[in-house]
Amino acid sequence: MIVAEQKALDEIRQLVGDAKQVLVVGCGTCVTVCFAGGAKEAGVLGSLLRMAAQMDGQPAAVTEVTVQRQCEWEYLDAIRGPVEKADVVLSIGCGIGVQALAERYPDAVVVPGLNTKFMGMPAEHGEWVERCAACGNCLLGLTGGICPIARCSKQLLNGPCGGSSQGKCEVGCGDSAPDCAWQLIYQKLAAQDRLHLIMEITPAKDWRSSRDGGPRKVVRADLKLPQPDIKE
Amino acid sequence: MLADEMKTEGPAPDDINIVAFCCHYCAYAAADMAGSLRFQYPDSVKVVKLPCTGKLDLQLILDAFEKGADGVMVAGCMEGDCHYQQGNLNAKRRVVHGQTLLASIGLEPERVRMFNMSSAMGNRWAEAVREMDATVRKLGPSPLRRPKANEGTP
Amino acid sequence: MNDSDGALSNLQKVLKAGHFAVTTELGPPKNADAEAVRHKARLLRGCADAVNITDNQTAIVRMSSIAAGVLAWQEGLEPVIQMTCRDRNRLAMQSDLLGAYALGMRNILCLSGDHQTFGNHPQAKNVHDMDSLQLVQMVVGLRDHNRFQCGEEIKGQSPRFFVGAAENPFGDPFDWRPYRLAKKAKAGADFIQTQLVFNVPRFRQFMTKVVELGVHRQLRILAGVGPLKSPAAARYMRDQVPGMDVPDAIVERMEAAGQGIADKKARAAAYKEEGIRICVETIAQMREIEGVAGIHLMAIEWEEAVSVITERAGLLPRPTFETPAVVSESA
Repeated sequence: MIVAEQKALDEIRQLVGDAKQVLVVGCGTCVTVCFAGGAKEAGVLGSLLRMAAQMDGQPAAVTEVTVQRQCEWEYLDAIRGPVEKADVVLSIGCGIGVQALAERYPDAVVVPGLNTKFMGMPAEHGEWVERCAACGNCLLGLTGGICPIARCSKQLLNGPCGGSSQGKCEVGCGDSAPDCAWQLIYQKLAAQDRLHLIMEITPAKDWRSSRDGGPRKVVRADLKLPQPDIKE
Repeated sequence: MLADEMKTEGPAPDDINIVAFCCHYCAYAAADMAGSLRFQYPDSVKVVKLPCTGKLDLQLILDAFEKGADGVMVAGCMEGDCHYQQGNLNAKRRVVHGQTLLASIGLEPERVRMFNMSSAMGNRWAEAVREMDATVRKLGPSPLRRPKANEGTP
Repeated sequence: MNDSDGALSNLQKVLKAGHFAVTTELGPPKNADAEAVRHKARLLRGCADAVNITDNQTAIVRMSSIAAGVLAWQEGLEPVIQMTCRDRNRLAMQSDLLGAYALGMRNILCLSGDHQTFGNHPQAKNVHDMDSLQLVQMVVGLRDHNRFQCGEEIKGQSPRFFVGAAENPFGDPFDWRPYRLAKKAKAGADFIQTQLVFNVPRFRQFMTKVVELGVHRQLRILAGVGPLKSPAAARYMRDQVPGMDVPDAIVERMEAAGQGIADKKARAAAYKEEGIRICVETIAQMREIEGVAGIHLMAIEWEEAVSVITERAGLLPRPTFETPAVVSESA
């Protein structure tokens, strides 16, 4: 899932400015399950914004709506009415949701209420960890299902570096230090008797498949519609 | 339900309003007992029964303040005695988080507080309400109720 | 490498001739003062076969290793240019390699680089386009295949470096370290400098495995050694530096050295003396370990100690060669 975190209320209030009609748009997918931007969070944020504005003597009408997925046109079309009425649309979807809203409603002022953090998962209740860096050319088959690009602080493909100590990465200290990805890779492959996979040198990566090749796009001819109907 | 209650009560601006979210298994019964034992406690408190304080949602706390409450009590079972194992502990964390949220908009975090008691502790209930009433009176009515803007009180 | 001996670096010649090699370290200043480099270089002259010039060590901005290397070279030292993968992508690293070679540099040490969060610009974006092993491959490719990393041929002079890398025998997982060293040999590294050795038995264990794998025949291993300045420094290295292994016995020995000395100055001197003594003893032990071809002496911000230690360890004078080294050749 995409993991996000709500911005500080002060920053959100600055982004919203003195808008009289604010629409908080939650998203029912990733940010709902990481408790950052679902219907509940939209409700809480709406209450806080209303009360804060009230305290300042500048009451604002803040309403909330949550769509199933902010990153798909179909779901965004369903909220045209409230979006058009709003002075500011405060998206608490991930960065993709914010942009989708802004693109679908060119006239609307859309601002972000979240900081999108990473692609990851809940390691335990209330704790999310990064797992994938979307490099565009998965090498997990070589590394025992542990990604050195997302999980090694130096993205080493032939690790670990000299800073690996007792299973922990040198970056960060004590319990907050992340696990050394290469320690995990070594343990996993050693346990499976597959260390030969990392005995060979992994050559320098071709980063064109990653963000370094410019913004990326996936096209599937078999799924394209004869007449794409995504614009009005 | 909460909004309706507040409306019918129609709080006078100089009086205070405390909403108490009470667990069905303990504090709610304790309040009952306090009544039958004739323990005196302030009438500023309005009780809302929850099946367990684990049912408490941040939104409930915020709704209370938004609709004009000056303070919110959350009263659950003694720690370790939750009928649903740990509902009261969940509530405790939510109350702490709620305090942070109140502070973020400039409301005193002391306006929301967690209490623990058993169903037999009628006296503790009365005492808790007195404590909360005193705290909130000291802080004064919620700034959200003070007519500041054109629209006046909510 | 098919060069005639004249084109070899001094370090390479020393190792080729089978001498027990000595390299040391020079940290460039946190300013643009050439004299600071020259001064340190003069302190180290004659004590070592080559001197590592650190590259923004511990992620703190310092004078460029290549620029400082040229300054040190002008003072008669042979530099080993350290190059980290933290600050540059493959374009920048290759252009720096071309430039360094053009300026007379002949040794390179390929490193991943300390993470930038440790340094004075924790806000920086790191690069890590390649890792240290891939950097070794790249430098070797420039030399042995006359090709840039992309495969394109180098027309004209290609940089022909003596290629080094580092390894930390004390980093985890311990069992994997000798194999990772073998990977560096496979990548084409000519020599290795290790992390500071204080735990000699553990290092011996590491070397036994290295020898078993035959890696010591594929590259030359210089064991990292260095003098401790004080018990505090020893404790800091033991407790705070990830991947360092300073046994309690060493810390206690440092502490004991100052016992009963009331005068602060005298106590500091006693600590330093003990640090040097431990270092000299360690060097003697290193010479007995199969597969150790030399030492890399790290006396960080204590360059004065280098001549003392090398003298006492019986490592002076350093060998010289009839064929002038590259250093004096182009000077």
